[in-house]
Amino acid sequence: MNDLTSLVDWSRAQFALTAMYHWLFVPLTLGLSVIVAIMESIYYKTRDPRWLATTKFWMTIFGINFAMGVATGIILEFEFGTNWSNYSWFVGDIFGAPLAIEGLLAFFMEATFIAVMFFGWKKVSPRFHLASTWLTAIGASLSALWILVANSWMQYPVGMEFNPHEMRNVMDDFWALVLSPVATNKFFHSVLSGWTLAGVFVIGVSAWLLLKKRNAAMAVRSIKVAGWVGLIGILGTLATGDGSAKVVSEVQPMKLAAMEGLYKGSCGQSIVAAGILNPDKQVGDDQAPYLFDISIPYGLSILAEGDPNAFVPGVEDLLAGISLTPEGDTIRGISYAERIERGKAAHDALRRFDIAKAAGDESAMLLAHADLKKDFDYFGYGYFDEAGEAVPNIPMTFYAFHIMVILGGYFLLFYIVILFLAYKQRNFLEGNKWWQLVAIISIPLVWICSEAGWVVAEVGRQPWVIEGLMPARAAISGIPASSVITTFTLFAIIFTGLLIAEINIMLKYISRKSKENIE
Amino acid sequence: METYELLQSYWWFLISVLGAALVFLLFVQGGQTMLLGARNDLQRTMMVNSLGRKWELSFTTLVVFGGAFFASFPLFYSTSFGGAYWLWILILLGFVLQAVSYEFRKKKGNVYGTRTFDIFLCINGILGCVLLGVAVGTFFFGAEFTIQKSNLLNTAAPAISTWAPTHGLEAIFCWKNLLLGITILFLARMQAALYFINTIDDPANYRQQRKAVLVNGGIFVLLFLTFLAVLLTADGFQATMQNGRETITVVPYKYFHNFIEMWWVLAVLLIGVVMVLYAYVKTILCDNYKCGIWFSGIGTALVVMALFWVAGYNDTAYYPSLLDPASSLTIRNSSSSPFTLTVMSWVTVIIPFVVAYIAYAWYSLNKKPITPDEMADNDHKY
Ligand code: HDD
Ligand code: HEM
Ligand code: HEM
Repeated sequence: MNDLTSLVDWSRAQFALTAMYHWLFVPLTLGLSVIVAIMESIYYKTRDPRWLATTKFWMTIFGINFAMGVATGIILEFEFGTNWSNYSWFVGDIFGAPLAIEGLLAFFMEATFIAVMFFGWKKVSPRFHLASTWLTAIGASLSALWILVANSWMQYPVGMEFNPHEMRNVMDDFWALVLSPVATNKFFHSVLSGWTLAGVFVIGVSAWLLLKKRNAAMAVRSIKVAGWVGLIGILGTLATGDGSAKVVSEVQPMKLAAMEGLYKGSCGQSIVAAGILNPDKQVGDDQAPYLFDISIPYGLSILAEGDPNAFVPGVEDLLAGISLTPEGDTIRGISYAERIERGKAAHDALRRFDIAKAAGDESAMLLAHADLKKDFDYFGYGYFDEAGEAVPNIPMTFYAFHIMVILGGYFLLFYIVILFLAYKQRNFLEGNKWWQLVAIISIPLVWICSEAGWVVAEVGRQPWVIEGLMPARAAISGIPASSVITTFTLFAIIFTGLLIAEINIMLKYISRKSKENIE
Repeated sequence: METYELLQSYWWFLISVLGAALVFLLFVQGGQTMLLGARNDLQRTMMVNSLGRKWELSFTTLVVFGGAFFASFPLFYSTSFGGAYWLWILILLGFVLQAVSYEFRKKKGNVYGTRTFDIFLCINGILGCVLLGVAVGTFFFGAEFTIQKSNLLNTAAPAISTWAPTHGLEAIFCWKNLLLGITILFLARMQAALYFINTIDDPANYRQQRKAVLVNGGIFVLLFLTFLAVLLTADGFQATMQNGRETITVVPYKYFHNFIEMWWVLAVLLIGVVMVLYAYVKTILCDNYKCGIWFSGIGTALVVMALFWVAGYNDTAYYPSLLDPASSLTIRNSSSSPFTLTVMSWVTVIIPFVVAYIAYAWYSLNKKPITPDEMADNDHKY
């Protein structure tokens, strides 16, 4: 049991490490590919060599980043097999499909046209070249679509049925997967947050050029394109972030409670805009959840349900299976203790089914199958012994969520101000050191914001790998924990080593190139 | 049930096509093992840039091969990757290093120096070819695993597939697997030389690559014949359907019988072999012949497909378990559900388009061969 716990923890750590490394590069690829494509389109229209130079400057940076995205991505894809092999069987029938479609539809597109984009300047017509640049960007977004469909399905499993003969889930409705509300929100939220991120990156680097008084004209040109892309990005990010929160409140109420650090919910629930959690607080005790907080009355009820008087359950309400009506009456739902019981009953039914099948006893099989169906919704809970195991890490989810939201508000302001300066206050834009420093400092902030988003989504979903069906504990491969510790260390060393090289190459490139006359 | 079997066979066919494409494209890896031996920096730069336009393709084919296997035969994905852990991790690490090396090798500030990245490319070249060969070798020569699906209900040890404690290292040290791996390495090196001949316009390069074709191709042919002899005399696992249940038994000369019983597979294999030999002989004998890569490439693809077919068709277990024959994987017992296979089959309608744009982009970029002059130009290059 001990080795199992350690295996699960290390497998999770390894997945978190590799996914978070991957996500350092992915949003920049998603956003920068669009920015570069717009720049090249302007060049194509105007045939102005300055736009060509601008395009090539950012394209080189794109290429350096892209290589790292590819290097970290391949590990993730195969990790489902190497480290989550039970998972790969239990839901592979559903989960594998989007992954395969991603490869076929998106990765080949990216891989093919990126080669034309980099090497085709003198070998293909300008039109074909421009098309290739756009197709690279479209390919990147398509790959995001399919992987996010897959991820959303883990948060909100739909479109499948359990097959007790094979002990796995099989798909019965493909479109339910693709069009699930979680998937649509997640897709737009992730891709548009990539635009937000790339916009801040381009503006930050341009601000550095202005600070150093090098290639000011190119910097301003870039700021304008990035400003618009980023503004659209942040507006969409905010809208779909709100949409995501609503969907989370419906399909993953426990995650929502963790995001808000909400232990006991109420009707007309306020929302904590910023706060510090009480580190001693435990689920079920009487301590105050916050040391300090700034709250907006009715905020959470409006955000989650669109109704100021709606009831929003906290962690303890969910565990007890309680909700309230606006009149204050208590409604009893299914408590977690009961879910665990029913989950164990489902396991039991499946066991009986298996034995009956081996014995060839058709009627016992039917009986067991009927029992299984009754309790299958709680199948995953059967792996727990006590309700507390089904609560995610509340402080981590809470802080990550609040960092993301606060920074989100900041970036909206950031883009509005930048665009105003770029069009109305050129001199200030080019001459004022302070805003330039702010823009440069915003670069790490936007990465923190974006990574925090995934922490909310993934840590808030714990302990589930597939919500309600399979906890991480049941998803693992039959390997010793020591092997995973070794590979974790290997990945940490290799990725960090490569990241150092990547950042150094980028900085050297930007600084060297900026001394040339790009315009 | 009929259409289900058809779908399973269709997907095994697609897996064989992806496998064939992958082995053909391994010329990129083969070429990477030849970089350190380049005569001078200019030649190395030309070689790197000629490979550099294609590395994404072999990489992506590997990724799609994995993804397609996951979607169509998830039990393989779950058993092999989690079981032969170290084998796959080593393969992946090689590809991680490859993915950055082209882009980083000549860039200023790359911290570790050009030579380090060239060594990375060489590592990926060797590991990629040999270990992928080893992985495919286990399709014929088996591995030590058991599958017990009801383990899922065992909360203390839920893993359904268990594997020998060496977790893949044993597969690497099995000489039969290794034989296939090394055969693929020399095949990839021969193909790389043919590819350089095709895409680099430089007489000195031509002379050197022709020598490389002679040597690597010769070694390859010897190794390949040995492998064939081993395969044709090997035991295989036969799956028989009885009252809706599959039983699996060991059959001597199984693959030999498969070739005889499926004459069309034998035909494809022979055509493939002849095409590779034709490319080999003609490149060595005819001055200025530059199209060998096409014959040997298509030939290689045909041979690989034929090998996948004898591994999986004709009721053969394509992933034999040496510990517990009943756990062996067949295309029947390891596939996705009929629904998923149907959905996925609809998606494959786009494959011709994908192939068409890849071919068009390839043609556009390779229309003019690489020359020493181009390398002096300061446009984007590796
Ligand atoms: C929202 C977007 C997104 C997310 C959540 C992920 N990826 Fe990713 N991935 C991309 C968006 C992307 C991309 C933008 O398309 C990349 C980044 C850089 C690149 O080369 O393409 C990419 C590259 C990339 C590659 C290399 C592709 C190639 O051959 O060129 C693989 C194998 C994966 N990813 C696999 C995964 C897996 C298994 C993930 C989940 C666990 C994952 N990615 C999360
Ligand atoms: C690239 C963006 C992503 C990031 C930054 C990310 C982040 C994380 C983090 C932080 C964890 C660890 C949570 C914990 O154990 O406490 C995790 C776990 C996991 N994530 Fe993600 N994730 C990403 C995308 C995905 C996608 C797209 C999928 C599936 C398609 C996915 C599947 C998983 C799985 C299987 C685990 C391990 C099991 C678990 O601990 O729940 N992740 N991820
Ligand atoms: C007011 C602003 C925002 C709100 C209300 C918001 C809301 C959310 C919510 C609820 C989730 C979790 C979704 C889930 O678990 O399924 C999420 C995830 C995420 N957020 Fe935000 N967000 C905001 C701003 C931002 C910004 C500015 C960025 C980045 C620049 C960002 C990047 C992400 C990412 C990358 C994820 C993970 C992917 C996903 O689950 O969609 N968010 N956000």
